[in-house]
Amino acid sequence: MRFLAFIAVLLTTAMLAYATLDMPGWGDPSSPASTHVSPVYIQEAYEKTATPNIVTAVLADYRSHDTLGETVVIFTAGVACMMLLRRRK
Amino acid sequence: MEIMDFIISKYNYWMYIIIMMIGFYAMIAKTNLAKKVVGMNIFQTAIILFFISTASKKGATIPIIQHGHGEAADIIHAAQYMNPLPHVLMLTAIVVMVSTFGVAIALLIMIYRKYNTLEEDEILEILKIENGR
Amino acid sequence: MIRDFEGVIIKTVCRLITPVIQLYGLYVIAHGHYSPGGGFQGGCILAASFILMVLAYDIKEVKKRMSEKINTIFCSLGVIIYAGIGLLCLILGANFLDYSILHKILPADPAHSRSLGILGVEIGVGFTVMAVLVSIFLNIASGGEHEEGEER
Repeated sequence: MRFLAFIAVLLTTAMLAYATLDMPGWGDPSSPASTHVSPVYIQEAYEKTATPNIVTAVLADYRSHDTLGETVVIFTAGVACMMLLRRRK
Repeated sequence: MEIMDFIISKYNYWMYIIIMMIGFYAMIAKTNLAKKVVGMNIFQTAIILFFISTASKKGATIPIIQHGHGEAADIIHAAQYMNPLPHVLMLTAIVVMVSTFGVAIALLIMIYRKYNTLEEDEILEILKIENGR
Repeated sequence: MIRDFEGVIIKTVCRLITPVIQLYGLYVIAHGHYSPGGGFQGGCILAASFILMVLAYDIKEVKKRMSEKINTIFCSLGVIIYAGIGLLCLILGANFLDYSILHKILPADPAHSRSLGILGVEIGVGFTVMAVLVSIFLNIASGGEHEEGEER
């Protein structure tokens, strides 16, 4: 059982290492992750929102729907723990 | 040297793949349920680090605008600040990690109360005896 | 004898340092605009101060300061603040969660009213994260029976 798990882990490692041959290099400023919408965020965030911290501006203003969903997720986790563990006498 | 350039530009991905595979092995090969949950946590942490490592740029600084307290900042170039999007997405991922860990531990407490053990093969034995009856 | 002495040191130090931790947590929430921080990080630090008091004292002592009812109210208060600011923007005429319309009721221009909207939303997130982390810790550490009080 453990031997089969080890073979599966080695196969997955080989597949993932083969996939990294196509990925952009570390620290490349022209990688696709850094060129579509994030230069717009970096250049416009300070004049439109008066917030020097670009990460907070993007998290709470440009992507505020995602943060609302995130807050509901952590609220649901608290409710789920409460419902699983509290017992009525 | 070609091979050194190749290794230097990709070795961050290989390091995080090794940590991911350690977590993956813990999730599928251990029989104790608590060790499986810890393996899931290691896997999620490695994914978060992997994603953030794609956000860096050579010679760039953190995505907080310098000299930003006053009214007008200097001219902002996109190449002198890091990409802020992966940082934002991974904040959400960290909160999801904490939530799933909390609910998983609560489920483990309920399983321990019912079967009095946390080993996977002993629980399967008890289930087989209960179903065969 | 020795165990009693160590207990006194731990209890006194934790009691002295908890207000400092809470002040630092509020600082991290309020300075989310100018330095790394924000709602999630500050909420975690605030929750850590309560968990430190549970580790040094008993659960009963901490529940005298932060009862279960207040904790549950804080859980939902954060989500209500977040959605409430969004609804306020909707009532005033713009899209949901579009803070630039708040310049009609606040004495600021659209850029600064967006900054104030971000601050209000992060305060809501900080409340929810603090209350939920304390609640999850109390439920797991006592196995659901924290009415009786003994944790260890």
